[in-house]
Amino acid sequence: MSTNLAKKGDWVQVQLNILSPQERSKYLPEDTKKVPLQMRVKGFLVDEIASLGATVRVKTTTDRIISGILIDINPKYTHNFGEPVPELINAGVELRKLMEEVDGCDGLEGDAK
Amino acid sequence: MTSMRDDSYDAVMARRNEIMKKAVGIDYEKFTIDGIAFDYEKMMREVGYSIDEVREIQAETCVGNTPLVELKNINRLIKKLAAKGKGARVFLKDEAANPSGSFKDRRAAVSVYRAKKMGYKGVIAATSGNYGAAVASQAAKRGLKCIIVQECYDSHWRGQPEILEKGRACEAYGAEVVQLTVGPELFYYTLLLLEQTGYFNASLYSPYAIAGIETLGYEIAHQMIELTGRYPDAVIVTHAGGGLITGTARGLKKAGGTETKIIGASVDLRGLHMASDEAFNKKYFTTGHTGFGIPFAVFPDRSDVPKNAARPLRYMDRYVLVTQGEVFYVTEMLAQLEGLQRGPAGNTSLTAAIALALEMDEDQTIVVNETEYTGAGKLPSAQLTFAKQMGMVVKRGDPIKEDIPGKVIAIPQHPSQIGVIEFPVSDMKKSYLKELIKRENKDKFNDNEMEFLQEDLNAAKEEIEKWILEVRRE
Repeated sequence: MSTNLAKKGDWVQVQLNILSPQERSKYLPEDTKKVPLQMRVKGFLVDEIASLGATVRVKTTTDRIISGILIDINPKYTHNFGEPVPELINAGVELRKLMEEVDGCDGLEGDAK
Repeated sequence: MTSMRDDSYDAVMARRNEIMKKAVGIDYEKFTIDGIAFDYEKMMREVGYSIDEVREIQAETCVGNTPLVELKNINRLIKKLAAKGKGARVFLKDEAANPSGSFKDRRAAVSVYRAKKMGYKGVIAATSGNYGAAVASQAAKRGLKCIIVQECYDSHWRGQPEILEKGRACEAYGAEVVQLTVGPELFYYTLLLLEQTGYFNASLYSPYAIAGIETLGYEIAHQMIELTGRYPDAVIVTHAGGGLITGTARGLKKAGGTETKIIGASVDLRGLHMASDEAFNKKYFTTGHTGFGIPFAVFPDRSDVPKNAARPLRYMDRYVLVTQGEVFYVTEMLAQLEGLQRGPAGNTSLTAAIALALEMDEDQTIVVNETEYTGAGKLPSAQLTFAKQMGMVVKRGDPIKEDIPGKVIAIPQHPSQIGVIEFPVSDMKKSYLKELIKRENKDKFNDNEMEFLQEDLNAAKEEIEKWILEVRRE
């Protein structure tokens, strides 16, 4: 059952600003200068109850207490294996075929018989 | 915990030396000779550990002694493509067999051992790479707390899939993972964490970390002698921050392999700025590329310790670049022809090895010194899917002529298209001097400094003087 409410002790993720654009290093490319340095971290909710978007405190696995905006409850990993890439699938097939030709002229096929 | 300290960017950066000294436990000033000159070998001797000590430390946590295999099928293919009498044999050191899946365990093993021995309660590493998982794994084994600081999102919270996977691995070993958006201020936040926690800075660039890699070079020398009766003619190393090349070369030399050529290889991502929010997700390799390879070679001390123990120009005989499309193709080749599904980093040097094998004699040998684990986020399919989402053109074609970093990824149509782009090591040596002159605001160096430069650049005094003259004219 999905919920927007997290209880004390739940494994959650928070987001916070570390440096505003004005506070950042002077030595940055123009595009990076315009945006803040932000951070995400996971931990156990310290507050009794909180809803997504609220400012909460979490305790990380190194026992640091961090305040930030609650953005996820029991956050899952979303990176994956990607989609099949035809350019690579074809490359694999071609290489196997090429090896058959190589084996053919080495006489290795003959040896195996 | 509230702090009365000034934690602004400028204030923390101004405290960097003091924070780092406490967090690494090394008094780097001890090794200063004069001006820019410092005694590198003394630092490695006094602070690092001997090969035998490192081997013992690493054995305690199951690190090292990885297999070295000949890539017999790829070698048959090379022979088929090579001119008569050419086609060196390629061997691969399967570093994915380390506990967390990469050679980085060697580095982490010694750093975390040291942290434990010195009484630190935890370790911190600023890394978006496999080193995070390695430190987290070693910390788990030795019962220390661990924080890994990663740069992994652009300002739209689009995460680089490979870095997200590395974060997952760190969390699997119980580490706290701090995920940041793009920017070099990752170093600022790391300093802040070191100061607040009192943890050890498990820097990639400490003498401990580099001593940890020496066993890799040492094992390669011994395994090659066992397999082929002699030292390899070349070792090809994927080059990023310079630690892998430095440690491997030092270990090889300690095992007597002084004639082996040390070749660095990086993925060509020139033109994509390292600190740019927009360029961040236009790169489909997160390490082993020119964005690290060139700046760290020309100014090693840009790292998170006052004196970087990774000094690649001391050891690099040749530097070559390969393209993203080539490395994806070779990753596919390694899986399909050798039955080895391995991660991206080591395949950069494997790509270069295939190209260089074609120009080397058939009785010569090349060792590719690493592999890494692969899976979600790391696979070519994950990166190319992401590349297409980010608007890259992915096509079959000439991987060197058609490649445009940030725009086009060209996957070879045939293995004969695998080649390298030469990047003269002397160009990097000259850039080193150019940056040094700019930083120090002087172009005259005393005898001690000159002697140091000869060692740090592995160049003769006359060459250095010639480059300084050229820089002055520019």
